[in-house]
Amino acid sequence: MAASGEMTLQWSSDDTLLVVLSGSWMLNSKRPSEEDVRRQIQSFPSLRKIVFDSKQLVEWDSGLLTFFKRLRKFCQEQKIQLDSSGLPQGARQLLALAAAVPEKKDAHKEKKLVPFLAVVGNEAIDFFQSTGKMLEFIGTTTVAFVRLLRGQARFRSTDLFLTIEACGAQALPIVSLISFLVGLILAFIGAIQLQLFGAQIYVADLVGIAMVRLMGAIMTGIVMAGRTGGAFAAQIGTMQVNQEINALQTMGISPIEFLVLPRMLALTLMMPLLCLYANIMGILGGMVVGVGLLDIGFIQYYNKTAAAVRLWDLGIGIFSGLVFGVIVALSGCMRGMECGRRASAVGDAATSAVVTAIVGIIVSTAVITIICNILGI
Amino acid sequence: MGYGDFVLMRDLNFIINRGDIFIIMGGSGCGKSTLMFILIGLKSPSRGQVFYGDVDFWGSDPTTRDKIIRRAGVMYQSGALLSSMTLAENIALPLETYTKLSAVEINEVVELKLELVGLAGFDKYYPSEISGGMQKRAGIARAMALDPETLFFDEPSAGLDPVSANRLDDMILELCDSLGTTMVVVTHELASIFAIGSNSVFLDVSKRTMTATGDPKQLLAESRDPVVHKFLTRGEELR
Repeated sequence: MAASGEMTLQWSSDDTLLVVLSGSWMLNSKRPSEEDVRRQIQSFPSLRKIVFDSKQLVEWDSGLLTFFKRLRKFCQEQKIQLDSSGLPQGARQLLALAAAVPEKKDAHKEKKLVPFLAVVGNEAIDFFQSTGKMLEFIGTTTVAFVRLLRGQARFRSTDLFLTIEACGAQALPIVSLISFLVGLILAFIGAIQLQLFGAQIYVADLVGIAMVRLMGAIMTGIVMAGRTGGAFAAQIGTMQVNQEINALQTMGISPIEFLVLPRMLALTLMMPLLCLYANIMGILGGMVVGVGLLDIGFIQYYNKTAAAVRLWDLGIGIFSGLVFGVIVALSGCMRGMECGRRASAVGDAATSAVVTAIVGIIVSTAVITIICNILGI
Repeated sequence: MGYGDFVLMRDLNFIINRGDIFIIMGGSGCGKSTLMFILIGLKSPSRGQVFYGDVDFWGSDPTTRDKIIRRAGVMYQSGALLSSMTLAENIALPLETYTKLSAVEINEVVELKLELVGLAGFDKYYPSEISGGMQKRAGIARAMALDPETLFFDEPSAGLDPVSANRLDDMILELCDSLGTTMVVVTHELASIFAIGSNSVFLDVSKRTMTATGDPKQLLAESRDPVVHKFLTRGEELR
């Protein structure tokens, strides 16, 4: 089968060109390109009118129509009359249909080239505005929290308990795995160095202090940012897309109280507990290396850890966990509430929630560490 | 009304009477839903006022606005039921929030509302487990939970088959008749407009303003505006 479209040009009178179409004018068949036609037409300067003959045309689809449209545009520029009456009837009807609604001139979006400095400026303005929005969100959440303390806030206690289950008990496996392995890794790295001095026993100090004071909280925070912060943003974002948030508003129920408060409360309550649990798992990880590889006795390892870790370290670790809980819940809920009305916006909200939470965790760790350093604790 | 610098519609001036089934109609993208959002307090108008009775809705403080809108119910295009709650819990939510009814009484009200919209027995279902038409009807049941004075509907028959759409129209008519509720319906379904509408406003997207208001049947007979006529007759030119 010769699946290709062909075209021959004949003069039918002095200024009229007859275009004979034959073969298959399909989108996926080989057709004369518009460039060739143009070149051929331009070699006839006396041309005033083009007519068509499609009796030998075997089959056609949008391939013929796009060809005709391009030709028409060219003819308009050259002030050549184009007579479509020789085209197949179906094609003529489609062309008439396409021309029925005139093009809306102001509907075209112009893509303006924005200078580099303007882009930087816009980004900076956006950044400041987003900081303002963040503060506003923290403000409204605080107001809602105060209403909660006064017993005026409205949310369902079942929601609170469901969220506590989701971000507490259900997070235990992943938190166990991560913190156990982090403890193990810390012990291995420490052991190699400390063995040089025959001071393997200090692995217990190293793992204990590092986990309890810092790593337990940070690792839990990052796991929860990815696991729960992203989920919060996606849940609330989908509700935004579904107009569920609007429905709450018109029922006179504050979405901040109804959706954000239980999530904030649940995560802020659970994070310190998860942190404590991560500390224990991390120390266990270190103990496996210490007892198994470095021949430190079990009791000895325990005693060394207990002696090394002060109550202050535990306090700082748990406090960090609390702060991270607030940060993760806040960024998840905030990005969810800001979510647009498209499906892709939900994905953006989840991504941005995780990024915001992790940045927040690292920055606040730095701040807490510096403060502790100044206070000498 | 508009978004940012973009003016969607200007010079809107109409009255919704108590007990009306008021249709907000117009072509796609003319701002029907935006107008409804302004009426229910989700979006502030660029300029102008909305009055509920004698109260300037957007001119008053948020608490007053809250109180006014509490006397209205809204059905959203997709139902907008809270997806984490069953139908019964969805309908019970405004009751639990704003009334001092006991759990048993709430249950009775919920059952009644579900019966009214033809969803008896579906109280334990989650919104994702029922069809789109049922979600819309459940949305109406929730909007009616507090026996509101005004009910707003955003495209009630969009995406429904003709029979379900017709049943929904009948329901709106009946509720209006028996409860005396004022209905505000955003739609461009001609069949519904003529079946239920007793008053209306037509938004013309090309002129960016309203071009007609009144009973849609009367508009069809009397309007000399070519755009309104074309809309109400599915594209016939005005002779």
